[in-house]
Amino acid sequence: MTTTQPAATRTGIPALPPTRRRRRLTGDLLVRYAFIAPAALYMIAFFGYPILKNVVMSFQAYDFATFFNGKAPFVGFANYTATFSDPIFLRALGNTGLFTIGSIIGQFVIGMGLALYFRKKFPLSGFLRSLLLLPWLLPMIVSAAVWRWILEQDNGALNQFLAGIGLISDPIPWLNSSDTALIAVIMVNIWLGIPFNVVLLYSGLQSIPDELYEAGQLDGATGWKSFWNITLPMLRPVVSVVLLLGVIYTIKVLDLIIGLTGGGPANATQTLATRSYEMSFVEFDFGQGAALSNVLILIALAFSLVYLRANARAAKNG
Amino acid sequence: MPTTPMPDRPVVDAGRRTPPEPNQSLTRRALGLGALAAPGLLALASCGSSGSTGGPNAIRVVDYYNTPADDVAINGTFTKCAEELGLTFSRERVPGDQLIAKVLQMGSSKTLPDLLMLDNPNVQQVAASGALAPLEQYGITTDGLTPAVADLGMHDGTLYGIAPTVNTIALFYNVAMLEEAGVTPPTTWDELRAAAEALTTPDRYGFAFSAIASYEGTWQFMPFMWSNGGEETDLSGEGVLGASQLWSDFVSAGLTSRSVVNWGQGDVMDQFKAGNAAMVINGPWNIAGLEADTPDLDWDVVTIPVPTPGGESVAPLGGEVWTVPVTGDEEKQAKAAALLKAFVAPENQLFMAAERSTIPGDAEAAIQFASENPDLGTFVEQVSTARSRTAQLGPDWPRTAKAIYTANQRVLVDDTDPAEAFDEAAKTVR
Repeated sequence: MTTTQPAATRTGIPALPPTRRRRRLTGDLLVRYAFIAPAALYMIAFFGYPILKNVVMSFQAYDFATFFNGKAPFVGFANYTATFSDPIFLRALGNTGLFTIGSIIGQFVIGMGLALYFRKKFPLSGFLRSLLLLPWLLPMIVSAAVWRWILEQDNGALNQFLAGIGLISDPIPWLNSSDTALIAVIMVNIWLGIPFNVVLLYSGLQSIPDELYEAGQLDGATGWKSFWNITLPMLRPVVSVVLLLGVIYTIKVLDLIIGLTGGGPANATQTLATRSYEMSFVEFDFGQGAALSNVLILIALAFSLVYLRANARAAKNG
Repeated sequence: MPTTPMPDRPVVDAGRRTPPEPNQSLTRRALGLGALAAPGLLALASCGSSGSTGGPNAIRVVDYYNTPADDVAINGTFTKCAEELGLTFSRERVPGDQLIAKVLQMGSSKTLPDLLMLDNPNVQQVAASGALAPLEQYGITTDGLTPAVADLGMHDGTLYGIAPTVNTIALFYNVAMLEEAGVTPPTTWDELRAAAEALTTPDRYGFAFSAIASYEGTWQFMPFMWSNGGEETDLSGEGVLGASQLWSDFVSAGLTSRSVVNWGQGDVMDQFKAGNAAMVINGPWNIAGLEADTPDLDWDVVTIPVPTPGGESVAPLGGEVWTVPVTGDEEKQAKAAALLKAFVAPENQLFMAAERSTIPGDAEAAIQFASENPDLGTFVEQVSTARSRTAQLGPDWPRTAKAIYTANQRVLVDDTDPAEAFDEAAKTVR
């Protein structure tokens, strides 16, 4: 009520007798709440409740039997203690970091390169650009299965190709070695993420007026100079959105890793997301799985706050 | 939570009451967060299932038999049995990997079916949670069953489930390749190694198995571990280490591809079909595909080689177990049990076994089956000495199974000493 009153007066609603005014305001409020009610209810039911339930679950001994007898005694921080003392946790945390950073850098650099390339008009550029969206059109499970064949050590297409052009003499055990499996998984995720980066960066590039480049050219800013001094600063709001959304999407990647390696070999590609899934749906320790996914939610939340702040700043500047 | 304008954001338009950007991004963030709260979502999902419907004689059945051969055999047997008993039934076929999630969902919403099929390693977990009715009160016993098959449905000495047919794994070999290399099908580990050496060429591996990071990888390891005297209760014991060392030797000598750490059993069979592996460990459920895809491939199958001549080849038992969930409707539970009793009768076991390339659980029926289906004789033999995976550890089996496949992956991928890998594995299950 305190916020609406000054707003109402400022927008020029004449002062009314107290009774009429209250009735009017109440009706006004109701209408306003009615507009946001469907969205709010949807959010509460499908996002608020699961997250709350997840938090509560992480403090319970919530296991297989719970589903049948409904008993889930509260155990304090036991699930968190177990999570943090799990030898796989640190490895999964490190892998999540490497996977996210590696994927984001690769996706962004290649995506930016392609976006700049497609900025130049040339025959078939539209067609080629739409081909780039291919990874988006394929179901993730299909992509993962195909990449498993490509990365196969003995008969995989990638090793055959590399050997064919004389780059390697012994086949690389892409998915079969704890040294290369994470790299291979990152490679595939980069391939998957390129369309997202290209589409957003390309549309960002379209909004940079040509006059800037023309003016820059007069001052001798061409090639790299124009990229660093015109393109990149103008693209900054888009870049921050692309990077932050990229992080939030990448940090929780599950299906791709499950499809490619199942977290193996020997936990080499285990991330917080796969470990949380494994805890809940393979080992049926839903309490500990919830604790682990809450850690993941907190990390994603931290990046979301950065994203919100950047977004608000971009809106202010724009 | 910044649902109000950011502090550094001046209030430019007091008349605009809701700042649009933060709200927009809130939705997006919430989407991301919602996706992460998967276990929480599961609880939500359990609200929606419909309750048990149909008349007093309509039996609700849930299983995962989706392939045509399985589906027809199961449906035909149920139809016949239900007619004889004056019952009707409706089957719900769940995708195999979703069955347990479905069972949990049905358990929490009190909508368990009248007859439920479970994969045998899960039976003890479900039974331990009190969701299943003991079967002996309905006159269903383990009489006549191969002892290890009876174990599949037991929990704490009580019978909760019956497996009409079972399966296991054995050694498939390419007859032409063995003849060409001049080796006979191996029966011992030494012979297996010698045969693999003779069969390995630049284009193919002598031997393949699945050591994938899932229960399949553990399942394929069991015959080597058990035949070597290893026990799931003593992961750092000599028997377990010796079996792991054997796998390791095959991979490090180049007789087996290191890719086995990423191959499921279907992948292993594909390598066999393609001629990339001369001998593979696999099961009867893949025979139909093998014959359909490569009708010209001359293959045969023997029991899995053992460490010393004359030793017993002990393989794990696979297969599905039928149970009667506690639904609260005593009368209907009794009818469901009657249907189950008819369903698992030896003559039905023989029919389903033949249709589905599995082995009857009844000992006598299995012998009859072997004489009628000589090509599956090896599997009948392998089943007679096979073991249930959950007989010793019960509901704790899944954790141990995970420890085993993880340890083997470390051994095969990084050449970790089996003693070190399994010592740590033993710690995770303690």
